[in-house]
Amino acid sequence: MSEDNNSKGLLGWIDARFPLSKMYDEHLGKYYAPKNFNFWYFFGSLALLVLVLQIVTGIFLTMHYKPDGDMAFKSVEHIMRDVDWGWLIRYLHSTGASAFFIVVYLHMFRALLYGSYQKPRELIWLFGMFIFLALMAEAFMGYLLPWGQMSYWGAQVIISLFGAVPIVGDELTLWIRGDFVVSDATLNRFFALHVVAVPIVLLMLVVMHIIALHEVGSNNPDGIDIKKTKDANGVPLDGIPFHPYYSVKDLVGVVVFLILFSVVVFFMPEMGGYFLEYANFVPANQFKTPEHIAPVWYFTPFYAILRAVPDKLLGVIAMFSAIVVLFLLPWFDRGKVRSIRYRSTSFKWLLAMLIVSFVGLGYLGALPSTGVRTLFAQIFSVGYFGFFVGLWFISKNEVTKPVPERVR
Amino acid sequence: MRKILIIVAALIAPTLGWAAGGGATFPNDKIEIDWDDKAAMQRGARTYVNYCMSCHSAEFSRYNRVGADLGIADDLVRDNLIFTTDIHGEKTKVGELMKNTMKTAYAEEAFGVAPPDLSLIARSRGVNWLYNYLRGFYVDESRTGLGVNNGVFANVGMPHVLAELQGLQIPKYRSESDGHGGEHDVIVGFEIIKPGSMSKSEYDNTIHDLVAFLDYVAEPYKQTRRNVGTGVIIFLFGFLILAYMLKKEYWKDVH
Amino acid sequence: MPSDDTDNDRRRFLTAATVVVGAVGTVAVAVPFLSSWSPSARAKTAGAPVVADISKLEPGQLVIVKWRGKPVWVVRRDEAALETLPEVTDQLRDPDSESSNQPVYATNEYRSRKPEYLIMEGICTHLGCSPTYQPEITADFQGGFFCPCHGSKFDFAGRVYKGVPAPLNLPVPPHYYMSDGVILIGEDGVA
Repeated sequence: MSEDNNSKGLLGWIDARFPLSKMYDEHLGKYYAPKNFNFWYFFGSLALLVLVLQIVTGIFLTMHYKPDGDMAFKSVEHIMRDVDWGWLIRYLHSTGASAFFIVVYLHMFRALLYGSYQKPRELIWLFGMFIFLALMAEAFMGYLLPWGQMSYWGAQVIISLFGAVPIVGDELTLWIRGDFVVSDATLNRFFALHVVAVPIVLLMLVVMHIIALHEVGSNNPDGIDIKKTKDANGVPLDGIPFHPYYSVKDLVGVVVFLILFSVVVFFMPEMGGYFLEYANFVPANQFKTPEHIAPVWYFTPFYAILRAVPDKLLGVIAMFSAIVVLFLLPWFDRGKVRSIRYRSTSFKWLLAMLIVSFVGLGYLGALPSTGVRTLFAQIFSVGYFGFFVGLWFISKNEVTKPVPERVR
Repeated sequence: MRKILIIVAALIAPTLGWAAGGGATFPNDKIEIDWDDKAAMQRGARTYVNYCMSCHSAEFSRYNRVGADLGIADDLVRDNLIFTTDIHGEKTKVGELMKNTMKTAYAEEAFGVAPPDLSLIARSRGVNWLYNYLRGFYVDESRTGLGVNNGVFANVGMPHVLAELQGLQIPKYRSESDGHGGEHDVIVGFEIIKPGSMSKSEYDNTIHDLVAFLDYVAEPYKQTRRNVGTGVIIFLFGFLILAYMLKKEYWKDVH
Repeated sequence: MPSDDTDNDRRRFLTAATVVVGAVGTVAVAVPFLSSWSPSARAKTAGAPVVADISKLEPGQLVIVKWRGKPVWVVRRDEAALETLPEVTDQLRDPDSESSNQPVYATNEYRSRKPEYLIMEGICTHLGCSPTYQPEITADFQGGFFCPCHGSKFDFAGRVYKGVPAPLNLPVPPHYYMSDGVILIGEDGVA
């Protein structure tokens, strides 16, 4: 390969031994992205930014944090008060966790809008879903570490979900906790998983996600395959090199994101109790449950589905199904047209139903349940699953608008 | 339509109740904490070490940090705020954490539960709750040993430590419908039966200052956070202009 | 893609400006992360000056006082030990402590405020081991301190001998006498 490129000097020396120029070309310099990316296409690079932020702040927090039932809560306050700038590092990490989910949810919604999961991008979607799953595990285990009341009882509730598994349920929860209640043993293993194991998996998945994307090329708001129309050099006519065009554009997105992010970090780090829950400022007490337990906001839609079903095992099954159906989305959608711009009205209605249901579930999941709310949670749950079922039916013979040959 | 409105109200109403502190508690006032009012926080700190700290530590906070943040010199901190000694009988050093000497086991025996550490109470309970709670003690002879109850935190195990300042008060009740056909009494006011050393407004101010201190001690870096944040956001806006011009320049090629 | 009417100067200028401002921002972000490594308020409190009562020290005796987690030696030197100090001068690397670390008031032959009492950090200037006290004066060694890690030798004032790996005399921490038998380690006191 080395004779193919004409790089000289140090770069030439490296290129003869490591495909540096080749990788640069494939992923930045000659990666041709459609020129019509819109607002929704910022969230991929933002997710990468937040990932880096979480890793860096996480590493620095690990330097001061103590994964010990007696010391964990204290060590967090030690970071917040005694360590120079510790409060900033911790708020960046806690706000970053919520920001990660905001960015990822919007990123996933983009895929729904423009059919980015459709052939030939099913694997990109699957890798992405595994990232989402790993992210949920990462967030859940990380939330135990401050060892406040919400950390403790949240973990207690979520681990108890595994008790719904027939026959081995009780044994399983005991094994996960490593004790009869959530304890020091649980804290220590969650710490190891949170700071070492899951991040490694997450990073590998992100690399695979990007490699798969760059193999088939990016989708776009028109859902058009830009590789169909190329110039004499084989460059897509509607494509532009990622660098510099999208690197400078994403930079604008990054700065806008950082401004909003800074507003939260510096002026409202608790975000009204949604990013840092008030009860978590009380140290974990295994004899006293807080009056109202709600998971952190990014889990509430799934939590609401769990509560909507009046049976423990079925509730757990419903909750996990809500994630499984997302994995199967590329196969629920039997349509050939990707972008919402050219899809049928019924698709638009279905998507609207999904948004209302998901947001509604998220809202209800944060509140204590009452009769009326449970009813609504059930309606929204049906709406949520209804999207996937409905999509399977309508997409087979969907009446779509003609898709143009070229990007507008 | 009306039905829909009722359902929506049923969904939302408890959320609003939450924001207000929940349930029928009295008093139910709101306060504003001025982060720049160091004098109020200093007065609050003095009240705290004199009346609260023998039972309630603030063990994540350091004396000299409080001094530095509130503008009290180390020797003044030593003389006016530190009343504890270490295991060798020497006065606690200014760099130490604001712990107290009460043993947890003794405290549990005396009060039923150990008095909680108050370093973070303003973050877990909120300043309004604290302000109302500390003004909500009333005479209740049925409570043996304590003689008081609280309009905000019913059947709390804490005695009215500030009675010498506030005096003793009894509640005024009004009967209210609970919405399900039943009736129950709610507290709508207090009447002082034995005056303390302070007038009502003096006592309210004292509590305000104490809560201001607790709010400070829950997040001592709050002021820094706000100042740094302002600088960061101004910088980012400047950078945004530059980044946007750069993007515009390059994208001339595309359009 | 770039066409003939591209304003390359403007493009270069904006790129450079963005890179510079971005670099400034990145450096500013690095500052909090790097400063989180400096001693925390807890470490600083633990490293506060310590008071030691040395009135009960016998001649020739050494006690260790912990200051900032380091061993600080307080040695009450007897007459015999003090007499060795001028005798060994020509065997020392830095007999006048010109390049060693000590406060001004300890820059003398005794390396202390009072000849009788030596207050010194027990950390070898070679690679940080803690030397052992050798109070016996023998024909081979005039007494002082010996570092078992790499064989460095110091006299009764902590001055390093020639021909050993340690480069400097043992450091003397800031200290002062609060009263006759009580010292405070960690501050110079009022001069």
